[in-house]
Amino acid sequence: MNAADIERAVRRLGRDIAERARAAGAAGDVAIVGIRRGGVHLAQRLRRELARELGAEPPLGTLDIALYRDDLADKGAAPVIGPTDVRFPVQGKTLVLVDDVLYTGRTVRAALDEIVDFGRPRRVWLAVLVDRGGRELPISADFAGARLEVSDQDDVQVRLVESGAPEDAVVVKPRRAP
Amino acid sequence: MIGRHKHCIALEDFSREEILEVIDLAVSMKEVLQRPIKKVPSLRGKMVVNLFFEASTRTRSSFETAAKILSADALNWTSSSSSVTKGETLVDTAKNLEAMRPDVLVIRHSAGGAPRLVAEHVGCSVVSAGDGAHEHPSQGLLDCFTLREKLGTLEGKTVAIVGDVSHSRVARSDLHAFPKLGAKVRLCGPPTMMPAGVERLGATVHTDLREAVDGADAVIMLRIQHERIGDPLIPGTREYSKVWGLNAKKAADWLKPSCVILHPGPINRGVELSPEVADGPRSVILDQVQNGVAVRMAILYLLAGGAGEEARA
Repeated sequence: MNAADIERAVRRLGRDIAERARAAGAAGDVAIVGIRRGGVHLAQRLRRELARELGAEPPLGTLDIALYRDDLADKGAAPVIGPTDVRFPVQGKTLVLVDDVLYTGRTVRAALDEIVDFGRPRRVWLAVLVDRGGRELPISADFAGARLEVSDQDDVQVRLVESGAPEDAVVVKPRRAP
Repeated sequence: MIGRHKHCIALEDFSREEILEVIDLAVSMKEVLQRPIKKVPSLRGKMVVNLFFEASTRTRSSFETAAKILSADALNWTSSSSSVTKGETLVDTAKNLEAMRPDVLVIRHSAGGAPRLVAEHVGCSVVSAGDGAHEHPSQGLLDCFTLREKLGTLEGKTVAIVGDVSHSRVARSDLHAFPKLGAKVRLCGPPTMMPAGVERLGATVHTDLREAVDGADAVIMLRIQHERIGDPLIPGTREYSKVWGLNAKKAADWLKPSCVILHPGPINRGVELSPEVADGPRSVILDQVQNGVAVRMAILYLLAGGAGEEARA
């Protein structure tokens, strides 16, 4: 995907989420939570789209799921933890969890565990830029910018200008040996 | 691992980057403490044993709370009700506890060097919760964290440490850590409570309190440790309080407006700090207690969060 494809995908995601929120009678209760690190910039872009669609800017938070990983015991060293920042009441909200790539589903599982520690949302939707398949848990995206079938030997990299990339792009590359 | 360390025994061993690794992580851990549900599953299935050969409420509770918030199992062991009273050695006690497969042993002991001795004989990580008059690394780290939180940075700041420096393991840990983060340290107290040659650690030594706190960004008041002082090193607590204690008038007249006051606790009210100062707006003593939990969460997470060496091999 190039920059134009990504822009179109984000716009469509915004439109689809707004449409479903209105249909559910939840247009005023939408909040966005980006999963660090890949989902944070996308969440900010989606927030702008939703503000345009719904006429009000939804609250925005970020989650760092490192403390909720289920593979700590397998890691050589404890992973780096970034800030989790959810400053709005989660109770009763329609939460849109945002990540750049949906792969095994383990990150999303951890994010769901973490978000319920902040309260009980009315519902949670998952929006991703790329669903690359390869699920290891029964988790699926409610909204996806693109659905691809990518081999386990490959990595999907989402490069955004906010993270220092020269231009937006989604690149599939052979995975580097660990 | 904290940087290249499997144990957390002395801040003397830690580099600037290793200190920052712990206090940067403590920022995220402190956020967990603000949540409605103060529990994360990161150390589920791990065991932390608190091995305390000395009385402690604050530090032991702090380590226990930190372990429980991270979902580790915490076992508290105190020497008064143990086989030590039957003559078991420190190393035997530690080895017996290690046979229960803990991931971290947290040790407080009245003898300096005890945690390092235990670390040489066990396979799990060892954290010192204070050993004699040697060091109290987690307190030093929480002081660094609190100062950075309150002052923005330690770079170029001046911290005065006042009181019984010679018996204070907190002062020693602070003295190893603060200069690594760019702070200047002034030590102040009765000459009988000042270790010889302490200037070699990069601090300036003062006997006059006013001179020591003049222009300081933070003042750490140490506790008079009646339990550690054999021969009387001061004529009496009354005189000590008059000369080296901080009351509201001295604080108002001598400290700069932004100066914060720390104390490792427990406070001898009316001796090193008057109640008005201990409970006043400059005091960050209760912040230190909360930050202590966050810092100890960071320490336990870094030491127990990854795979053990066997798994890494």
